[in-house]
Amino acid sequence: MSTSSIEATSIPQPQRPWRQAKRAWRQAIVMLVVSVVGATLLMQVTGLAGVIGSYVAFALVFPVVAFLASMKYGKKAGQDKMASAIICLAFGTAFMPWMSILFTVFNRGREAFYSGFLTTDMLVNSSDQPLNMGGLSHAIVGTLILIFIASMVAIPLGIITAIYIVEVKGRFASYARFFTQAMSGVPSIVAGLFIYTTIVVVVFNRFNALAGGLALAILMLPTVARTAEEVLKLVPDDLRAASYAMGASQFSTVFRIVLPTVRSGLVTASILGVARVAGETAPLLLTSQYFVQLTTNILDGPMASLPTYIFANLGAGSDTSVARAWGGSAVLMSIVFILFVTARLLGGRNTKSRH
Amino acid sequence: MESTDLKQREIVIRRGLADRIFRRAMATGAILSLSLLALIASFLLFRGFEVFRDFGFSFITSAKWDSGSADGVTPASFGIAAMLVGSVVTAIIAITVALPFAICVALFLEYYAPSFIRKPLTAVLDLVAAIPSVIYGIWGYTILNNLAAGWAKSLNSWFDWIWFFKVPAPIFTRSPFIAGLLLALMILPITTSVAREVYSQAPRDQIDAAYGLGGTKWGAIRSVVMPFGRSGLVGGAMLGLGRALGETVAVYLVLNLVFKINLQILASAGGNVASLIATRFSEATPYELKGLMAAGLVLFLVTLAVNATATLIVNRARNTA
Repeated sequence: MSTSSIEATSIPQPQRPWRQAKRAWRQAIVMLVVSVVGATLLMQVTGLAGVIGSYVAFALVFPVVAFLASMKYGKKAGQDKMASAIICLAFGTAFMPWMSILFTVFNRGREAFYSGFLTTDMLVNSSDQPLNMGGLSHAIVGTLILIFIASMVAIPLGIITAIYIVEVKGRFASYARFFTQAMSGVPSIVAGLFIYTTIVVVVFNRFNALAGGLALAILMLPTVARTAEEVLKLVPDDLRAASYAMGASQFSTVFRIVLPTVRSGLVTASILGVARVAGETAPLLLTSQYFVQLTTNILDGPMASLPTYIFANLGAGSDTSVARAWGGSAVLMSIVFILFVTARLLGGRNTKSRH
Repeated sequence: MESTDLKQREIVIRRGLADRIFRRAMATGAILSLSLLALIASFLLFRGFEVFRDFGFSFITSAKWDSGSADGVTPASFGIAAMLVGSVVTAIIAITVALPFAICVALFLEYYAPSFIRKPLTAVLDLVAAIPSVIYGIWGYTILNNLAAGWAKSLNSWFDWIWFFKVPAPIFTRSPFIAGLLLALMILPITTSVAREVYSQAPRDQIDAAYGLGGTKWGAIRSVVMPFGRSGLVGGAMLGLGRALGETVAVYLVLNLVFKINLQILASAGGNVASLIATRFSEATPYELKGLMAAGLVLFLVTLAVNATATLIVNRARNTA
């Protein structure tokens, strides 16, 4: 019994009948060529033109060609191929505008950048001056302050709500769960109006950044609460049972066992909440408004923020101010991206953002 | 050995002081965040009450919004019919455009995409969901507006025998159509993610059974996956609808605010309640401000109703799966 006799016989290769045969590839290329020719003809007839027009023509012709090409295997096969073609094309089409947004933001935003763009404010410069004067330091600082205020309110409250729903399981747990979900659909401008009527008008009688932060907190709360709830549910009940069996109270079980277990998940929940509100504009228009100077007084007077900076510069209308708005968009987009990637890296795979 | 009086001991939970305080504190926090919705509604009602009282039902049915002259010669008149119709029209355009794409993208990610690009694509989808609305707005204002005006022109020249594709004047920018397209793009991520979630829970054994009967992939999707995901999809669409109804800045930037009920979606006139508030807020008289509060309350109640219904549907779809 030697192994050599086994090696001598040829080892059968696994059959892979589902693999695309060479013929299938050839057919795909033929289909593509036919579709391009068909699309060109269609463009002649209908007057579709330009890059987008040719794409539309192609998207109209290709599924039909796919259908006809598979008709020799029967109608069902034809429908199947046509559905695949439509689904893949629709997917590609849906992603195009987003790619356009990201590309445009960073491409147009580049113009506004110079060495002092991130470090100067607009106190001594007007927005239609050349792009090498003034910047958006005031807006960045303002956004950070607003986010800080919102986080101080929304993160504890959101996590407490989640603890109430998952750990305490009190009488109102199902209501709390339902209404935090429904709350995520509150229009941002309504949150702004609410804070305006209460904090701005009644308490301070002037626009201020604290009001802006609180308005953002309302919008941030549901995201934090929902995501934290999902995270807490991931904690295995064995851990809680073990803790109780050791004689621990619920208080120490939650704070010494449950919360430390999901620390990174809670951080993710918080970051997702921040990413949700970092770009909110409408509530800030009614609460913290816009100001050209870097200010840090949160109780008195308006404060700039990146979204309102973009909004104000877009409204100013001159070429340079619109360029500044694009520059602001690039900075805002980068901040949201960084937050998002951080949340992904910290949270791992099993933390899902909830809406 | 006979024990006839074996009784189950009553379970009594005696919580320590720390636990009682802890539970009370958590409940207080949760009820605080719960009561925010009631607080919002009551404060807006309190501030806007005067306008509701003065205009009654015509606040909803009248399309005229006029803050009146300072000397009181022309009286103020507030009605949000045009804006409400505008909100609904743009939101319906948005969901009509977004829903087919949401279905296709969800099906692609769940059943067509090769497994190695599924994860990165899902991450990209989550990422674009976080694009701030003001960035959609600036993109819509500078890029989409001109682009879609051309499409609107073609639609108008081909389909002007359909009444809502007619226009009073050949101006195609800043129309409800364009606002609807932008909103479609903004609500696509949320609708897609709900659709993807319900489609991913379609019973694997039934799909395999469909294949086993000799069905094609499309056959399995049409006869198993789609019927299974239908109710969840309705919920996802309504969530998107709620978002589209309440969007402010993006609509403000791409839509021409006109106080006239306009159902011609390609015409350069429209509005929505949220952008009305944003537009009029900065120069509003105290009385007009109350009108805006009342408008905000109407918007709040409408979106809350839509969202609550959507949440119920989505939760049910999640739980039955």
